Amino acid sequence: MKYQSVFDIIGPVMIGPSSSHTAGAAKIGKAARNLLGKQPKWAKIYLYESFAKTYKGHGTDFALAGGLLGFETDDTRMSKALEIAKECDLTIEFIEDTSAVSHPNTARLVIGNDSEQLELVGISIGGGKVEITELNGFKLRLSGNHPAILVIHNDRFGAIASITSILAKHEINIGHMEVNRKDVGKEALMIIETDQNLGEKVMNELALAKHITQISAIVS
Amino acid sequence: MFRTAAELVEIAEKENILISEVMIRQEMEVNDKTREVIYAEMERNLEVMEKAIEDSFQGVQSVTGLTGGDAVLIQDYMKNKTPLSGILLLDAVSKAMGTNEVNAAMGTICATPTAGSAGVVPGTLFAVKDQLNPTREQMIRYLFTAGAFGFVVANNAFISGAAGGCQAEVGSAGAMAAAAIVEMAGGTPQQSAEAFAMTLKNMLGLVCDPVAGLVEVPCVKRNAAGSSLAIVSADMALAGVTSRIPCDEVIGAMYRIGKAMPSTLRETGEGGLADTPTGRLLKEKIFGAF
Repeated sequence: MKYQSVFDIIGPVMIGPSSSHTAGAAKIGKAARNLLGKQPKWAKIYLYESFAKTYKGHGTDFALAGGLLGFETDDTRMSKALEIAKECDLTIEFIEDTSAVSHPNTARLVIGNDSEQLELVGISIGGGKVEITELNGFKLRLSGNHPAILVIHNDRFGAIASITSILAKHEINIGHMEVNRKDVGKEALMIIETDQNLGEKVMNELALAKHITQISAIVS
Repeated sequence: MFRTAAELVEIAEKENILISEVMIRQEMEVNDKTREVIYAEMERNLEVMEKAIEDSFQGVQSVTGLTGGDAVLIQDYMKNKTPLSGILLLDAVSKAMGTNEVNAAMGTICATPTAGSAGVVPGTLFAVKDQLNPTREQMIRYLFTAGAFGFVVANNAFISGAAGGCQAEVGSAGAMAAAAIVEMAGGTPQQSAEAFAMTLKNMLGLVCDPVAGLVEVPCVKRNAAGSSLAIVSADMALAGVTSRIPCDEVIGAMYRIGKAMPSTLRETGEGGLADTPTGRLLKEKIFGAF
């Protein structure tokens, strides 16, 4: 089921005017920031369908910027997020894209700094709830309901075991797990939803595991 | 977990508990939280709703100037005249509109189920409150009952205008409110389902056609319509009137109608009222020529 909690229906507390276009957009921006692990220096944001047609009126642009700045949906600075981004040396470009997409509220975010970048596709499915459907070209379905870690690794034997054994050692339960790869022996992605948030210590240990190139956490 | 309204009602009847209690117990189990934590979270939502209504009575104005001030007009009218539709109903209307005026003015609101439809549930709650004199706990329960039915709609159809039109937003919100009013007034779980069905039935086909793509026109006034329909449907259900088409089948119909709606009528601001001469003129004034 798409919705798991009554607070997806009665909530979130947010700054208006639109749960899909403002609150949802802020959450997508924040997910991208969390995945990069820090505030980006630049962002190219492609908007589709309803997002593309109405983003100026709904404040989708400042909400996405607010998310990239790490704002929660009820942050009263939200409507000033574009100005704040400028002050923080975060350059954001919005592009209205006419390509066909499967959900009317879709955004593609390419964000980065001098040394790294990532590309994420998020959809805002209603009531402020979002799903991350693509990361760096990998298809995925991340609800954002639970804490999750995303692990970019080399497609070698033992890579998955090296991660799961560390989680087992710290008694962290895996609720859902997916593994995707671009090609045999190439870059691959593990998505692991856990029941509790992982501490810094566990994250550091995971980052040093075998065949792991990048790891990031989405805190629920 | 309950998937349908029929299952929700069945659990409540079998265990002899309220709809709100079914929702609270499920929330505790699925999300591994205590009753106290869940109550506290919902109480915070209630406080945000109350504050938004208070703010709106001071008079608010959106950045575009398209909306604001109507809640105050209605409150003044209620004080100075005898409203034809009755004090309770008009009070709900003014509080629903007020909440959405605050939303349009980029104030803080609680989405129920969305921001565009955020006025209906609190508007009706803070209006029926004056007649039913609920405890604070009962007011929190009102939100769980509304949430339980919204949960069914969200998982079986949609709650966003972009996905299913305004029937999915204000339609769902009105139906959720109707179900919650019935519980607060002492009706049965089945009567809540009947009130839900009768509200949503009368919202079927409602398109999402916001002028200039903004959550202002006609959203604020649709919240007025949604809240008044919720109160009327709740009264009908409490009187013993039932819906010939069961609740879940009404939700199914809403889903298929939404799927058949062209994208111009699903929150793109391209059709309906947005595409009237005045609608286009307002858009031009606000954003300049496109």
